[in-house]
Amino acid sequence: MCGEKKETEENRQKKRVMEAAMRAGQILLANGAEISRVEETIDRICGHYGIESGSAFVLSNGIFITMGDRREEFFAKVQHIPVSGAHLNRVAAVNQLSREISEGKHTVEELDRCLDDIEQMPGKRPLIQMLASAVGSGAFCYLFGGALSDCASAFLSGFILYACLLHFGGRLSKIVGNILGGALVTFLCLVMYHMRLGNHISSMIIGSVIPMIPGVAFTNAIRDIADGDYIAGSVRMLDAMLVFLSIALGVGVVFTLYYRMTGGVLL
Amino acid sequence: MSLLAELFAAAIGTVAFSVLFFVPRKYYAFCGICGAAGWAVYAVLTGRGVSATESTFYATLAVIFLSRLFAVAERCPSTLFLIPGIFPLVPGAGVYWTSYHIVTNDLEMASQTGFAALKVAVAIVLGIIFVFEIPQGVFAVLAGKKREEGAGKKKS
Repeated sequence: MCGEKKETEENRQKKRVMEAAMRAGQILLANGAEISRVEETIDRICGHYGIESGSAFVLSNGIFITMGDRREEFFAKVQHIPVSGAHLNRVAAVNQLSREISEGKHTVEELDRCLDDIEQMPGKRPLIQMLASAVGSGAFCYLFGGALSDCASAFLSGFILYACLLHFGGRLSKIVGNILGGALVTFLCLVMYHMRLGNHISSMIIGSVIPMIPGVAFTNAIRDIADGDYIAGSVRMLDAMLVFLSIALGVGVVFTLYYRMTGGVLL
Repeated sequence: MSLLAELFAAAIGTVAFSVLFFVPRKYYAFCGICGAAGWAVYAVLTGRGVSATESTFYATLAVIFLSRLFAVAERCPSTLFLIPGIFPLVPGAGVYWTSYHIVTNDLEMASQTGFAALKVAVAIVLGIIFVFEIPQGVFAVLAGKKREEGAGKKKS
């Protein structure tokens, strides 16, 4: 009787570990980690706390974990994980946590608290993000052949673009959001070009489009495919290509309108 | 020197993107170095007449190599340096020119620029894959870290 009770206590503990492993995986996946890192972290947490039959299957937007065999009680959990944008600081924090777990620094109870802390890591203030986008746009405008005046206009349109993305981005679908973003940037740059704020329209647009470029999806897709995680890799690659195409479409639409209005005089 | 100015712009741009991707503040400098190094390789090679595709490939090698080196030295995922660092090389300009030429109905130029952008993307893919094949231990030695249990196994 007493032994049986101890057994369930142990199982409860193991379930807690599985829950924690799922949460760690969820944080990693939602914030732009590769599939192999997610799987490895889950395996590591399971392994360290003595779960022998744990196994995880990770897709680009979902995690499936199970435990259970003749000796361990069954446990299964599936979780859908929408990609929320890259908070790489959380990836770094979970990585650090997983390192500490291997060194045996945390009990299961502490693990939950650590994960809470990581989930609540503060982001950056919107103003800082807008400024970062503006600076990025300006710098890349220079790299792609812009003069200093062009950089200033790219700075401005990058700032406005990110303000709009932060404000409306959540409500629009990815495709529409990127088409409108590309269109907005092109429109702004054309306006500034006509106000003589910049002279190289193409450098201005290329620079200000850069904050929308799907660098995270693109790089992770390549790494997943290289690791043999073809499903997740191809989904992410499709995601990246779709965003690239949407941006190009947005730029193209505004250019076409402009072309028609000016009667064929294209810069 | 315009190359120096470009390197500075690449570093600043890369740091701006590491802010957007919430890279911890203490790693900003590393990200900037990755971005600038990538652009340096690219700019010097294209300046000597090497094709954009090939230059991008070598530049990617440099970026990924540095990212992994920093990752081992700082004990954090290489993703932190890699994603912002690769930005100057991603063919954003190619995408722009393709849609520009489609709109102006210059289909020959459109397919040319589109295909060039695709080639650059493939060069980045190859660069990333090749450097990730180098065993972790090599970077541990280069970074002067003793290989320890667990850390050696862990991919960074």
